[in-house]
Amino acid sequence: MTSPERIVVVGASLAGLRAAEALRDEGFAGELTLIGDELYAPYDRPPLSKAVLSGRLTTEHTVLPRLRNIDARWLLGTAAAGLDLGERRVLLDGGRQVPFDRLLVATGTRARSWPAEAGGALHGVHTLRTRDDADRLRGELAAGPRRVLVIGAGFTGGEVASVCRDLGLAVTVTQRSGAPLGSALGGVIGRAALRWYHDAEVDLRLNTTVRALEGDGHGRLRRAVLSDGTVLEAEVAVVAAGALANTEWLTGSGLAADPRGLVCDGVCRALAVDGTPVADVFAAGDVARWPHPLYPGQLLRLDHWDNAVAQARTAAHNMVQAPSDHRTHRPLPAFWSNQFGINLKCVGLPALADQVVVTQGSPEGRCFVAAYGRQGRLIAAVAVDSPRVLDGYAALIEAGAPFPPVLNATDGPEDLNPLDATDEPGGRPTTPVPAGRR
Amino acid sequence: MTTTTPHAAGELFAQALRYDNRPDPYPYYAQLRSEPVVCAQDGTWLVSGHREISLLLRDPRLSADRLNPLQQPVRKSLLMEDPPRHDQLRHLVVQHFVPRIMGMREHIDELVTGLLDAHTSERPGQLDVVADLAYPLPVTVICELLGVPREDESVFGGLARRLTRGLDPVNTQTEDELRELQQARAELVDYLEGLIARHGATPTDDLLSALMRDQGPEGSMDPVDLRVTLGLLMIAGHETTVNLIANGTLTLLRHPDALTRLRTDPDLATPMVEEVLRYDPPVQMSGRSTVADIDIAGVTIPKGARVRLLLAAGNRDPHRFSEPDRFVPDRRDNAHLGFGGGIHYCIGAGLARAEAQIALTALACRLRSPRLVADPPPYRENAVLRGPEHLLITFDRLSPAPVPTPVPTGSTATFGTSG
Amino acid sequence: MTTDSPPTELRLVVDLNRCQSYGQCVYAAPAVFRFHGEEALEYDYAPDPGRRREVERAAAACPVQAIGLGRATEPAPSAGEGAR
Repeated sequence: MTSPERIVVVGASLAGLRAAEALRDEGFAGELTLIGDELYAPYDRPPLSKAVLSGRLTTEHTVLPRLRNIDARWLLGTAAAGLDLGERRVLLDGGRQVPFDRLLVATGTRARSWPAEAGGALHGVHTLRTRDDADRLRGELAAGPRRVLVIGAGFTGGEVASVCRDLGLAVTVTQRSGAPLGSALGGVIGRAALRWYHDAEVDLRLNTTVRALEGDGHGRLRRAVLSDGTVLEAEVAVVAAGALANTEWLTGSGLAADPRGLVCDGVCRALAVDGTPVADVFAAGDVARWPHPLYPGQLLRLDHWDNAVAQARTAAHNMVQAPSDHRTHRPLPAFWSNQFGINLKCVGLPALADQVVVTQGSPEGRCFVAAYGRQGRLIAAVAVDSPRVLDGYAALIEAGAPFPPVLNATDGPEDLNPLDATDEPGGRPTTPVPAGRR
Repeated sequence: MTTTTPHAAGELFAQALRYDNRPDPYPYYAQLRSEPVVCAQDGTWLVSGHREISLLLRDPRLSADRLNPLQQPVRKSLLMEDPPRHDQLRHLVVQHFVPRIMGMREHIDELVTGLLDAHTSERPGQLDVVADLAYPLPVTVICELLGVPREDESVFGGLARRLTRGLDPVNTQTEDELRELQQARAELVDYLEGLIARHGATPTDDLLSALMRDQGPEGSMDPVDLRVTLGLLMIAGHETTVNLIANGTLTLLRHPDALTRLRTDPDLATPMVEEVLRYDPPVQMSGRSTVADIDIAGVTIPKGARVRLLLAAGNRDPHRFSEPDRFVPDRRDNAHLGFGGGIHYCIGAGLARAEAQIALTALACRLRSPRLVADPPPYRENAVLRGPEHLLITFDRLSPAPVPTPVPTGSTATFGTSG
Repeated sequence: MTTDSPPTELRLVVDLNRCQSYGQCVYAAPAVFRFHGEEALEYDYAPDPGRRREVERAAAACPVQAIGLGRATEPAPSAGEGAR
């Protein structure tokens, strides 16, 4: 591989910016171009659904720091429309082209939108992913709508609902399953989240979906028809129903890309549709799907903040180093969410667990820790308002510790009671395992 | 695998604790670090690697119980207490303590100015940095915060000294000292109970009154918890920051370039105090015990073992810090262990930092040609809370305080910019 | 566009995975950092330049060194300049 003279990064958010900085740290001295479809300099997304919506922070105050000079050419407000692998050119909206020797795909994801035929085009229906989304939604919340409907009780849905309650707004949340956060974090956290929602006086509709959003004569949202036939009056709806990878521009490029992401290998090289790595194209951040050595047999796509940063660094390194010096991207996944005044931190991948057990504190109290196991190994932990103990669990996960873990934590239960991880609230515990306390 | 024998590890640790080596225990810590986790012949596990200490500070399999029968008080302070009781006690204290130490910089500055003004001299003179600044500053602050009459200092100061000696490993203490410790504990109980009774009679707006009044969700502290917590705050206020300021001054006098830089660039005080906390920490180690087997660094610490986290050793771990034995006043990414970590992270860290930043800057700015009278200075007996007994310095001049330059105020929160 | 900030203006970001809510930043710079609830940290990425000293104290005091300081250099926006 010859050393590249022109590197193009498509995607000018967290992963794109940190990759550009890392490329310069790695000694890349050639021409560096960043292409981003938003007009804004790179900003941080996590506060959009929290401090920004609540009005404690304006979007201008979410701009990411520049950690070093990158001497790059910025093409902002410019979406990539296509990729010509043979000629090694990125095609831009409007037909212009940007040539590259090496390309980093960091186009991230977007919020899954509500279908237009079911009311998605009505004024008052929102998704929340970008600065502009947040400014629009903040404007509507600040105007004091009589009721906000949040579709989906995942992380974003919970954060939005929580802000609405902080603002004193009536809010209804619909959730397809039997508990908030359940699909990602399982029944133990789901049960605790039920209480957070309840204490915050959120009108939570479980096992319920939205059939249609309906407007008035002016195209303004007025009501939602729920799956149980209920008609709910609401002036604002927030669709928090997951994310899709921004890969349309790669359609027909020959890369293995679809709405689930762009497939790459362990060293961040993009794969062609035939599964072979493409030497000069790399991927990082929310858009990338790759085989993580800790979780064999599947491709992971992590839309986590620290994954964007870490994968950007690994990809940047590998883009300018010889293959013999390539690094494998194998982070221990980690993420956080703040909702209802609660800090939730996670290491590992709870969604892959078959069992879960409370190891410290009590889900009935404010603080507790839940550990997650798969086939007798500890694979994840979630700390609820307990951020100072999680490193200990991370080390155990990385060391391949058994599940349930023998901790004997002084604030742990007398006996560990592992539950089926997918159990919804109301599920029965499986056989108790004595924890062997002193 | 462990190559250091338990005997050798124990010997190295004993050397680090020897009074003769008080001025410089670091070479022994460096040798211990060749095995970051090692069992000494008395069964105590010594942890000296930065990574290992950091992990164990945050591991639920460790208890703050020191398993030391001689040090077991009737009721444990939050320093030696575990969750969930620890969390309840700490929450109560933090709630009342932290708001009271916010925005205190100006007042600390006044106190420092006043203490040094007493020695202002256009002619060559002498100062004991410990007795004249490093000790009275934090003591005044903690007494004001808690509502302890300043005149009680004569009683309490001696008690605190005798009690903190009790933190040192038992085998380093003499029979007399251990007897004295019991006596000091009894005196402390009497003193604190008297203090609480007086506050009960005439409540004020100080921290002690606030703790007595608090009716949080867990209810108020019972009289014993109140007494134990009060004792902890008092002792910590008397016996820790003094060493931070004194160790910092000593380090600066041994690094005249840093002293000169601090004089012209007061912002250097911020990273420099962190570097003092790394390079020569006022609290050298912290005790724990295990409630489950712990696999770490290729060894297994069994359940029920005594553990010593050698913070001062971890702070010089070359795996974490480049040139660890060099004092780098503007060191970056300085994740030192000077205040511990995890759930027991020092409650008074912010206050200690502010006091040290202000005191060291004032010394740098006001002293001309300061010199150590004795290097090393005489050290206190205490090994865990380690620092000079006296720090005599001579100087050509001790200038009056410079006219304060207005600094942007930041004590009131105006988070964000939107409404 | 937000091109009105001088390039040397202070910008910061906190790695909230690394953050363990010790609150030392809140103590050092209460106008920039705060807790929402007991443990959920919020902060201003673009604090008033007059807060620089406080923010530097906050960053230095962080026990897990989770606060990254940088500058505000804004990229010059361009709709396709240099593209063929």
